[in-house]
Amino acid sequence: MRRILAPALLLLGALGAWQAVASVPSVDDLTLASPVEVLGALRDDGALLLDQTMVTIVEVVLGLLIAVAGGLGAAVAMHLVRPLREAAYPLLVASQAVPVVVLAPVLVLAFDYGMGPILAIVALTCFFPVTVGALDGLRSVPAELLELMRSLGASRITTLRRVELPSSLPSLFSGLRVAATVSVIGAVFGEWAGAEAGLGRLVLLGNNQLQTPRVYAGVVLLTLIALALFALVSALERVLVPWAPQRARPS
Amino acid sequence: MNTGLEVPVEGTTRQGLPGLAAENVTRRFSGGVVALDHLDLRAAPGEVLAVVGPSGCGKSTLLSLLAGLAEPHSGLVSVGGLTPATERLDRCALMPQRDLLLPWRSALDNAGLALESVGVSRPEARRRARPLFERFGLAAFERARPSELSGGMRQRVAFLRTLLVGRPVLLLDEPFGALDTITRGEMQEWLADALAEEPRTVVLVTHDVEEALLLADRVAVLSSRPGRVVAEIAVNLERPRPRRTTVTDDAFIDLRARALGALER
Repeated sequence: MRRILAPALLLLGALGAWQAVASVPSVDDLTLASPVEVLGALRDDGALLLDQTMVTIVEVVLGLLIAVAGGLGAAVAMHLVRPLREAAYPLLVASQAVPVVVLAPVLVLAFDYGMGPILAIVALTCFFPVTVGALDGLRSVPAELLELMRSLGASRITTLRRVELPSSLPSLFSGLRVAATVSVIGAVFGEWAGAEAGLGRLVLLGNNQLQTPRVYAGVVLLTLIALALFALVSALERVLVPWAPQRARPS
Repeated sequence: MNTGLEVPVEGTTRQGLPGLAAENVTRRFSGGVVALDHLDLRAAPGEVLAVVGPSGCGKSTLLSLLAGLAEPHSGLVSVGGLTPATERLDRCALMPQRDLLLPWRSALDNAGLALESVGVSRPEARRRARPLFERFGLAAFERARPSELSGGMRQRVAFLRTLLVGRPVLLLDEPFGALDTITRGEMQEWLADALAEEPRTVVLVTHDVEEALLLADRVAVLSSRPGRVVAEIAVNLERPRPRRTTVTDDAFIDLRARALGALER
């Protein structure tokens, strides 16, 4: 109970302070929309916001699925083929230094406008945490267990299927939780680089048109998408990996 | 290859089991440190051989050599007279020091992993594992996850997994090393009963001299690294050897003194 109550109180306090600052007469509505105005925008622009939200959710979920498929495949390949791992792993880490913001317009040029480049950007953002999570998990199996499987007469593929893949799930899900949160950032960058719809585009246009409450409403919805994805991934983990060691919570 | 219960247990004679031999075996670690130095050791068909030695004397190395998981740098290792690693792998079942049960599998499915590893379907693996659970006092624990089992129970499941592989040679690496004294005593008697029912050629590695004398037909004492055999002691005690009465027996006390003396040399 206290775990929920404490952050809720802090959030309420912050909202109150925000409302108070926004209500100061010298603060212009275009500079800072108050929480009440944001709620108003969520109500008045509901239909528009819902449409844009659906567009962004589709981008995020599809991009994430591409990253999971690609990341799992890459991780298994790097796990099984040592020269590949030695060649690709440092490059994978180095690729994180490439700012996706810069890549976004380049990809739009390459893929043309539409959902393609946005999916690519979401997938690229999520690929790293998913791949590293899966690979670390696959490699976490103790050497004695691998020897035991050999002595039981198990083939490489059987060991992968029966032991290494299930063992990798907790670590894969850690990567997925990170991916779930950054996927929304990827979608926003993608939409900024060129898109016909989506919450990121709505925020960008709204900013240009000085529709501050609508911009804030967009940001709130983007945050909610990230939170919902995070919760979904966590729920999926509880179902698929009920045996996982419970993560320690800050007390 | 036979697989566990398909073996006609009554018909398994000690004569049908292979012997083991390590002849003049030397094995170094990757750093160059010598783990085993010109070691000579044999186990007769159907014999329970205990290998006792201080920690780091290469006991586990010896087991992985016998199991066919590693090759000696010099010398010969054979199981049933055959030296190729694949032949040794086919004849030996290894029980490692840690139980290494998979946390997402039930106790029954952890034992059945031995069969699933060689392509047996899961329902069939369960069907063959179940009678062993009943015979060895685990019937109520088939569906339990490893995290719900006590240390002793986990070792029993790990041992059943080793039996289910259906190999004539068992290589046991300090199977009860992590258990408390009381549980260890229970497990030693349980293992003695299990081996009486399912005879195998056994190499039992342990650092516990009493455990070796309670379970084995013969005890080989290894020196500290590099490991070589410093004494071989025949254990001519009658079976069964219930712990409580055996440890106070004069013959037992004498054997223990000899083994401990050899360890200290």
